Amino acid sequence: MERMPKWADVVLIPLISLLIAFILSGLVIIAIGEDPVAAVQMMVKGAVGSTYGWGYTLYYATNFMFTGLAVAVAFHASMFNIGGEGQATLGGLGVAVVCLALPWPHWAIALPVAVLGSALFGALWAAIPAYLQAKRGSHIVITTIMFNFIGASLLNYLLVNVMRPVGSMDPATAKFSEGTHLPTLHDILAVFGIPFSKAAPANISFIIAVLACFGVWLLIWRTRLGYELRAYGKSEPGAVYAGISPVKIIMVSMLISGGLAGMMAVNNVMGEAERLVMNSVEGAGFIGIAVALMGRSHPFGVFLAAILFGFLYQGGAELALWTSIPRELIVVIQALVILFTGALDNMVRVPLEKLFLTLRKEDV
Amino acid sequence: MDFATVLQVFDSTVRLATPLLLACLAGLYSERAGIFDIGLEGKMLAAAFFSGAVAAVTGSVWLGLLAGIAASMALSGIHGLASITFRGNQLISGVAINFLAAGLTVVIAQDWFQQGGRTPSLVGGARFSPIELPFAEAVKDVPIIGQTYYQLISGHTALVYIAFAMVPLTWWLLFRTRFGLRLRAVGENPAAVDTAGVSVIGIRYAAVAICGLLCGIAGAYLATALQAGFVKDMTAGRGYIALAALIFAKWRPWYALSSTLLFGFLQAIALRYQNIDLGGFVVPVQFMDALPYILTVVILAGFVGKAIPPRAGGEPYAKER
Repeated sequence: MERMPKWADVVLIPLISLLIAFILSGLVIIAIGEDPVAAVQMMVKGAVGSTYGWGYTLYYATNFMFTGLAVAVAFHASMFNIGGEGQATLGGLGVAVVCLALPWPHWAIALPVAVLGSALFGALWAAIPAYLQAKRGSHIVITTIMFNFIGASLLNYLLVNVMRPVGSMDPATAKFSEGTHLPTLHDILAVFGIPFSKAAPANISFIIAVLACFGVWLLIWRTRLGYELRAYGKSEPGAVYAGISPVKIIMVSMLISGGLAGMMAVNNVMGEAERLVMNSVEGAGFIGIAVALMGRSHPFGVFLAAILFGFLYQGGAELALWTSIPRELIVVIQALVILFTGALDNMVRVPLEKLFLTLRKEDV
Repeated sequence: MDFATVLQVFDSTVRLATPLLLACLAGLYSERAGIFDIGLEGKMLAAAFFSGAVAAVTGSVWLGLLAGIAASMALSGIHGLASITFRGNQLISGVAINFLAAGLTVVIAQDWFQQGGRTPSLVGGARFSPIELPFAEAVKDVPIIGQTYYQLISGHTALVYIAFAMVPLTWWLLFRTRFGLRLRAVGENPAAVDTAGVSVIGIRYAAVAICGLLCGIAGAYLATALQAGFVKDMTAGRGYIALAALIFAKWRPWYALSSTLLFGFLQAIALRYQNIDLGGFVVPVQFMDALPYILTVVILAGFVGKAIPPRAGGEPYAKER
């Protein structure tokens, strides 16, 4: 017998965890002498009160969707991919290589190749830790952390010594050519006659991210591979008994995970910066962990959680602009969300389960 | 390269290895007891801020040290609560602690000091000052031995000597006392310890508390000895390097000393020389930065000696009912 109804597991627990995280964040705001209600109003106004705000919220959400999906896919195979940051960094390299290699005539031709390039580089960066886990038993968490740092150093080297244009002091690549500039939501919505802010960076990658959510849902719940992945994640001995190869599942799940994290670069490198700069990922790889935990590793949950974090990011930027609350408050909220939805899950779950059991007994 | 330069590099190796050594030993206690801790970075960062802040306000570095230790141990408490009491995922808890420290330190620093997430510069008694060992001045001019004694061994802050003293102490505690045996047993086979009537939860909390204590000293060292005050993200990945050193050391105290000295040496070299020219082939500084991580991956891959973690590491212990 189930301990509690499914809706409580899927909706109620994340909501309670989120509520605790928000209440604690509110206490932090009060502690530094600001008004939490006014802060929330300002965040709502700044993040979703205008098409400009929406443009940023959706731009950030696009990043978090990719990294959140990356962590979620790995979670299903009971792998903890903490290397999204490094994989997204390398994905940026893939995008830059594609965009700078050819004089692209039109974005519609450049985009699919850039998506492939970013996914390929991201997957490549996940491949080595995956191989070491599958074949040598090296703990994937530690190796992916190490690869985050190695990736940052590698990119630093390439930008300073190899990819920097002659005469430029800035450790960044040259600007990408006109033919790789992606249409923004302003351009896309203008076709339908809907006005949208021109300055905001949200672009066509948002649609790719939504498609990726759908694709991951298909993969996990509608394909044989997804079934094997989940089976392995639930029980390794069971999966082996059913003839599923652990090496294959570890490799494939991590390659998909790395590829998804890498694809984030289409949004931030190709869509926004239009050149590759140092530290372009800005922690989005780690936010993916919070997003996946919050979204219970389900693509639709990831979609919602990514929008929520996009809102927090843009709202937090507005707060930092207009009040004395620093941007880092968002990092605190993110930490609390990870803590309560991830590590302290049982703190919320166990009392709730007991509650549901007593309620059921009374029914009988 | 003359002898004076060599001494300078070794001297800075010792300075840079100290926080790594303290954090590495901190991780050693925790992981030997079966609690994975990737939150070393966050604990050090929180300790660095609170030690810097309290030292700046009170002017006393010792009060600063206590505040740093308290902050670090509070985060250890959260980690213990999540991973021991509520049997949550230890890795996720560690990630959360790192972010909590990264965010809170800047938010509080901005509120208290309004200096863009840093503390005021520490002067005088608010910082640890170097300790001159006996006869250092007298033997300063004796070639090699005297110079080494004066430059390399004497003239560090108290925390450096504490850190190095922690190595034999840790070895003795873990391998020569009853508490140490139980701590290691809890990391290998908690059920056996439980059967013997010893509290698994108690031992694990003790290990996590010691981990917090040592991370606290490491963080205080960063803000009040190595540098004069706290700056945003000042740990700069040292917690992760310490984690790497711990794996490199195969979870053993003396090996931890050598691995942190090696990684400290790499940092000292990278700090002093930007790009190293090896007769036509230039080693870029970025490679030196990445070398600790690359070495750790190689060790983890088991190509050069296998690193086997404590068997019950990462698994919450549930008593049978």
